[in-house]
Amino acid sequence: MLTPEQIETKLDRILLKVQKPGRYVGGELNSTVKEWDKVQTKVAFVFPDIYDIGVSNVGLKILYDQINQREDALAERAYAPWVDMEALMREHGIPLYALESKQPLACFDLIGFTLPYETLYTNALNILDLAGIPVRSADRDETHPIIIAGGHSATNPEPMHAFIDAFAIGEGEEVIHDIVDVIQRVKGQRSKVNGEDLRPSTFDRNYLLLELAKIPGVYVPSFYETTYLDDGTVAQTIPIRPEAPKVVNKRIVAKLPPPPLKFIVPNIEVVHNRVSVEIMRGCTRGCRFCQAGMITRPVRERSVQEVVDAADEAVRSTGFEELALMSLSSSDYTYINELVDAISKRFEGRKLSVNLPSLRIESVSIDLMDKLKQHRTGGFTLAPEAASERMRRIINKFIPDEEIINTTRDIYSRGWTTIKLYFMIGHPSETLDDVQAIVDLCRRVIDEGRKVAGWKVKLHAGVSTFVPKPQTPFQWVACDTRENILEKQALLKRQLLKDKSIKLSWTKPEDSLLESWLSRGDRRMAEVIYTAWTKGAKFDAWDEEKKQEAWLTAFEEHGLDPAFYTHRQRRTDEIFPWEHITAAVRKSFLFQDFRQSLEGQIRVDCRLNCFACGILPTFANLRRENPGEGWKCPDVKSPAQKINIELPVVGD
Amino acid sequence: MRARITFTKQGALRYTGHLDLHRLWERAMRRAELPLAYSQGFHPQPKISIAAALPLGFSSRAEVLDVRLNEELSTQEITDKLKNSLPKDIQITQVESVEERLPALQTLILSAEYEVHLTEPVEGSDLKRKIEETKQSETLPRERRGKFYDLRPLIERLEMETDANGKHCLFMTLTAREGATGRPEEVLNALGIEPEYTRVERTKLIFKE
Repeated sequence: MLTPEQIETKLDRILLKVQKPGRYVGGELNSTVKEWDKVQTKVAFVFPDIYDIGVSNVGLKILYDQINQREDALAERAYAPWVDMEALMREHGIPLYALESKQPLACFDLIGFTLPYETLYTNALNILDLAGIPVRSADRDETHPIIIAGGHSATNPEPMHAFIDAFAIGEGEEVIHDIVDVIQRVKGQRSKVNGEDLRPSTFDRNYLLLELAKIPGVYVPSFYETTYLDDGTVAQTIPIRPEAPKVVNKRIVAKLPPPPLKFIVPNIEVVHNRVSVEIMRGCTRGCRFCQAGMITRPVRERSVQEVVDAADEAVRSTGFEELALMSLSSSDYTYINELVDAISKRFEGRKLSVNLPSLRIESVSIDLMDKLKQHRTGGFTLAPEAASERMRRIINKFIPDEEIINTTRDIYSRGWTTIKLYFMIGHPSETLDDVQAIVDLCRRVIDEGRKVAGWKVKLHAGVSTFVPKPQTPFQWVACDTRENILEKQALLKRQLLKDKSIKLSWTKPEDSLLESWLSRGDRRMAEVIYTAWTKGAKFDAWDEEKKQEAWLTAFEEHGLDPAFYTHRQRRTDEIFPWEHITAAVRKSFLFQDFRQSLEGQIRVDCRLNCFACGILPTFANLRRENPGEGWKCPDVKSPAQKINIELPVVGD
Repeated sequence: MRARITFTKQGALRYTGHLDLHRLWERAMRRAELPLAYSQGFHPQPKISIAAALPLGFSSRAEVLDVRLNEELSTQEITDKLKNSLPKDIQITQVESVEERLPALQTLILSAEYEVHLTEPVEGSDLKRKIEETKQSETLPRERRGKFYDLRPLIERLEMETDANGKHCLFMTLTAREGATGRPEEVLNALGIEPEYTRVERTKLIFKE
């Protein structure tokens, strides 16, 4: 294994040959560099995309701080090197290293990947390989780090089950400590102190994994077995060791811990140079397409005081010129007016631009943006998601056209020249009429805008393609076919691109297909991922690195049909590959919601009316132990009424 | 006031380019809560100017910038405020108050001194001969980005030293006026040394009196 000094010497030879060498050297303000030899347990957190994107990820920053606050552990960071750097690293025999100490990743006790989106899977494999760590869990032994992963994609961990030793399901703030504690106990590090060689000569890797499997919220895939029915669907996934629970329930924190204050300040330009403060976690809107809204329940809010103080402290400690107040739905934050007032007062005259994403389509949102004194050059973003009444009922995001027209007219008349509207095509049962409605709505928005603000008004329609995600009410539905998508996109292009004031963007059908294979796949997808990676697939989220061929060949080599994963309406009694993982939202609730969608029934905000999704009974004790205003679930008297819905069988 | 700050740029910061360094200083000064003066206009920018771009990969013991502040502060106050606001690879070595009406910093610079450490063994006598040849030559025609120019008049000083371990170090002073800037890697090239086997450090910037 190379020493950090040897790695640095080799790096100096190659760094001037790559784009943006500042990605690979660390040294940022607010990074934590501990003395390697004085700390017992070493953790490396990896965002498997380039530094420019990964460095501002808030989730990893939270975990990085959690670990570095411990005296007995250190946390460092690594990202995916861009292809130019990877080629030189392989040529010069440089293993992937962590930015703080320049120690090879293989020297760490624990490597934690965040997998917020599925197109990072091949990069995760590539990173393990670059680090000289066997890509498959089964090939690792006591000399290798434990590889864990978390993030939204982990709600269906099965496609990555062969490569990740353990998944952390749900929120990571507490479980990461449990994992580190187990590692210390098993490796015998806990009682040892400064100076000594802390690494025991041997420990039993399998025993360590068994101990990890006992932690609530931790899924160790090697202790489970999946069998399949003749039609190729899952028969069952069951634990093969008594230590492994039948169903792994996600972890949550009862109360949001204090937000990170000391964000890493990169020494080069990156995508987001900003302070992000999470004002609220979870969402009560219940949009049926939205995985985040289903898996991050319950809603927990931070107080106005905590948000404003944290923002102030973080802006001071970074010097960043932008502040983002993060949540899935800003308008739903209980004290949004008070928050916006307090923020504008605190930062008056400080040349800070404040970003408040995900605002509801109503004029109040414009008042909020007005108060934040935002530059009107940036455009105003709204997300209607669908444009016909029928579609809006199906997806449970019901905003009448008049509300949209009134709001957008108001935005234009108050000085914004550009509005961005986000839509999706490919919703269940969508027809060309529903897509035509997007065109008609965009035209009305522009026409009405011209009446109040003249010909300078612009509209950007971002139309992405819906992918039905696990753990949502739409997990049963099929993806729209490539042909349909192309036809719908052609309609949009034909009619919207005529108008020079309208800009249109869309997702390539190939990208949506890949996303759906990876998010909806079962354990057999692991071999497809492995083969696609060996055939050169990586950076799948990047246009210039697309390897569609590699994926199709990989499916073929393993005798799997891509359409099985994407274009098949799932039977109502189908056992999903992710059946043994739960975000505490019951399958029966999701199914009931799916049925209501077929009938065009909408459900109101569940702050107003509990629909018994399953969160409250699952976390009843946690809530009882942490009373107060934090949770936004309504009070439910009885221990949550039990909903009993018979799942209809095939052909129903 | 106009303050002049001399600082080092080492370690990881060698791979931060000129524009990014500018941005880094803006943020550092905001963190330090210095009363920055901003330009007028739609996108007000703090008035910071860095004397001379340092090529990527080089370290420096003596970079220089001027910053304009809205209030008079003592140089000690400025140093104290900035001390904890900088990444570890930048250290302030001097802060002075300069005449507001002096011309822009970039126009005051005359030349720059560099130290070049050779990281791979090189035959000393060969190198010495090449250095002498270079110094003796009347002209050194070179091409850079499609433009031909004469490197020779830009080399003001070129010496070498060898330490007890046989490691060589070159010392050069190169002209650094606008439109007439000598680059150390061009000199190394003329000497037949691969820049990737060297560590270059800028040691001094020389300004008009």
